Amino acid sequence: MNQSDFLKVVLPFKDKVFRLAKRLLVSTEEAEDATQELLFKLWRSKEKLSDYRNVEAFAMTMTKNYCYDRLKSKQASNLTLVHSNYKEKDTGLDKQVEHRDTVNQVHKLIEKLPEQQKVIIQLRDIEQYDFDEICKMVDMKPTAVRVALSRARKTIRQELIKQHNYGVS
Amino acid sequence: MELARIEKLVEKYDNAETTIKEEEILRDYFLSNNVAPHLEEYQMMFTYFQTSKDETTYNKTLEFKPKRKRNYKWLSVAASVVLLFSVYMGIPEGSTEINSLSQLTPEQRFHYDQAEKALKMLSGSLKKGNEAVGNLYAYEDSVNKIFKTK
Repeated sequence: MNQSDFLKVVLPFKDKVFRLAKRLLVSTEEAEDATQELLFKLWRSKEKLSDYRNVEAFAMTMTKNYCYDRLKSKQASNLTLVHSNYKEKDTGLDKQVEHRDTVNQVHKLIEKLPEQQKVIIQLRDIEQYDFDEICKMVDMKPTAVRVALSRARKTIRQELIKQHNYGVS
Repeated sequence: MELARIEKLVEKYDNAETTIKEEEILRDYFLSNNVAPHLEEYQMMFTYFQTSKDETTYNKTLEFKPKRKRNYKWLSVAASVVLLFSVYMGIPEGSTEINSLSQLTPEQRFHYDQAEKALKMLSGSLKKGNEAVGNLYAYEDSVNKIFKTK
């Protein structure tokens, strides 16, 4: 497998890897490091890549595990990841300006979810993987994935309603 | 899209029972501008999902160095050459074997005697040392006898 073959395999999901890393690690820099690390890992084992039936699922699983490891080591050294460098990139669209506030709200709510639900909602609602793939990536049973996803969705909605009605009811 | 159908889908969505296609229908509906007021929260959620997908991309360039393949074929050739050479050097030149002292030349005989003499001297010295240690034991025995430590 040469460079261009490798790129053909990797490019379609590099953003997904990055977004999942960012969802879990919060900071953009950390997520970039994680993505870079993952791509290097894939590059190193590029000869074996063709043996995997689904490289993308494999990469997402690796990303998830890598991020969990990072988080664990952060907690061990008593460093908390503060979400200070989260920026919405300006794309200049009116619609986005209008929605920025709600976007931030939802972002914060997802951040409060347990890790597992975070991963699943990222994979399903943002990346739109189907259930079979998600099961493989997170190594869970389909019912467990559905339960976690349903819980995550309901929690977000409930919180949004609570915030929306704050001071009204 | 009729509202009743959307409401049904939303309920399924909450229970995580929707398929990717049904979620696409929901996404299209909620990203449009006319959303029923009681479903506003979903609009917020779907807007977030969409924007975070569109905005967060990984655009760093990484350098991948192709792994250089070593040619191990030549390494094995070199190894076998070295092996052959060492085997060749290991075989003594005069391959006639010597079995008894009488076959030695006078010069070899002289060296043999010298070595034998040296070894005898060494063993003699060792024996002397051993005897001295024996004396130590005798000393210890008599000390024990006198003081009756045991």
